Amino acid sequence: MKEQKTTLEPVIIAKNLDFYYGNIHALKNINLEIYNRHVTAFIGPSGCGKSTLLRTMNRMYNLYPEQRASGMLLLDGENVLESGVDVNVLRAKVGMVFQKPTPFPMSIYENIAFGVRLHERLSKQQMNERVEWALLQAALWEETKDKLNQSGMNLSGGQQQRLCIARAIAVKPKVLLLDEPTSALDPISTMHIEELIAELKTEFTIVIVTHNMQQAARISDYTAYMYMGELIEFGLTDQIFIEPREKQTMDYITGRFG
Amino acid sequence: MDLRKKRRIVNRVALSCSLLAMVFGLFWLAWVLITTVKLGVTGLSWDLFTKMTPPPGAGNPGGLLNAIVGSLLMIVLATALGTPMGILAGIYLAEYGKHTWLGQTTQFINGILLSAPSIIVGLFVYSAYVAHMGNFSGLAGIFSLALIVLPVVVATTENMLRLVPDTMREAAYALGASKHVAILSVTLRASMAGVVTGVLLAMARIAGETAPLLFTALSNQFWSLDLNQPIANLPVTIFKFAMSPFKDWQEIAWAGVFLITLGILGVNILARIFTNLRYK
Repeated sequence: MKEQKTTLEPVIIAKNLDFYYGNIHALKNINLEIYNRHVTAFIGPSGCGKSTLLRTMNRMYNLYPEQRASGMLLLDGENVLESGVDVNVLRAKVGMVFQKPTPFPMSIYENIAFGVRLHERLSKQQMNERVEWALLQAALWEETKDKLNQSGMNLSGGQQQRLCIARAIAVKPKVLLLDEPTSALDPISTMHIEELIAELKTEFTIVIVTHNMQQAARISDYTAYMYMGELIEFGLTDQIFIEPREKQTMDYITGRFG
Repeated sequence: MDLRKKRRIVNRVALSCSLLAMVFGLFWLAWVLITTVKLGVTGLSWDLFTKMTPPPGAGNPGGLLNAIVGSLLMIVLATALGTPMGILAGIYLAEYGKHTWLGQTTQFINGILLSAPSIIVGLFVYSAYVAHMGNFSGLAGIFSLALIVLPVVVATTENMLRLVPDTMREAAYALGASKHVAILSVTLRASMAGVVTGVLLAMARIAGETAPLLFTALSNQFWSLDLNQPIANLPVTIFKFAMSPFKDWQEIAWAGVFLITLGILGVNILARIFTNLRYK
């Protein structure tokens, strides 16, 4: 019982969270908890707000002046939506990987060192160790250890995506946000990434947006079903997929809708 | 008529027209190049690179040394002056001023400057600088060439930065990078090959500009590296020598034309290499 309690500690808590794209009300009164060292999946039809919710968690929306959020989004008890929050520090704690692999136009080594240098001063030796650690974590070390000085752009799509994951975890974030990380990848690469997610959840809290319901069922511990900007149902993945409480959720996961 | 047959015929007619247009263009280009090579090569000699431009009068052997050095000096300095400003302005337009009034106005005016006839640039520097200083000078030449480099570099930098997908920017910000770090280390780096290409093409463009130098650097028959004095340069020397009645002057002029053409070709090849690098 004690074990259960410590592992279910919420890292992120959304309270009455609303989000607007200009006049469009994209997230409506979201209340949700993201648990430490678990995988939480957001599912729902296109435009339901699952990516928007994800992008609120590292305040990615700040790049676009017409987007704003209100309500509370607590990370370790601190409301990250407040204007005084340093978004660069927040993003060191909450890393993100995007749908399309986005390696930077630099070497594999530099791709990973780039993020680390933004937040820490490491010696050459420490940096080497960090890069190796991140690549090992992302299951990319064996394939790249002999070509760390080659461009990250020359890797295959699946390798590029693992490089992006390595780059994100090299900063040692608490939470890792994955925005449809496998939708641009082939099935084998997808399998690698899914295995990786299962490994990574022992150290990181993972939130993943996916269009693929089987993927959500395979890899997540908790699932949130969203529709039209509302959180329809949230619960253990098994419960959501086997006996959802809401009829809407049932219709979506059984393919009668969406 | 059968629809497919009609399409095939239309296709052939369009293709023939395109080919004809291409042949028409290439014909004149080839003519220009052949003339340049034919007349230019006969003027090529060791003297060209070791002797100063000759004094008036037939039978005086001479070369283009002072004009070659003067041109190189002005091209390099004008590029050095226009490039940093152009890159900074291009960054502003693409990354900061996209939706602002200032950004859009600057972009519009830069477009005008980009297509402004170079003689107007020359006249502007003449009235704004030369007239006040009281004499033609290499510095004035550099200013007018830099004014031609500037809008080219601004436009290329802006366009190349805009080609960088926003996902790349978001990825940099998602790691906790501030705006200047994201621009300098990621987006500018991603577009560096394109920016360098733009700078090289700007250099190629000013290498052959004559009009802006006529009112500014003028020309100098003697060796001079004093930027406050008129300075010799290839285009104006060619202009003077080609119109002269002396046969050996005309030969030197053609040799100068050949050198500029060769230089521009070299720079273009370099630019092409950099463009290809972008896709690696």
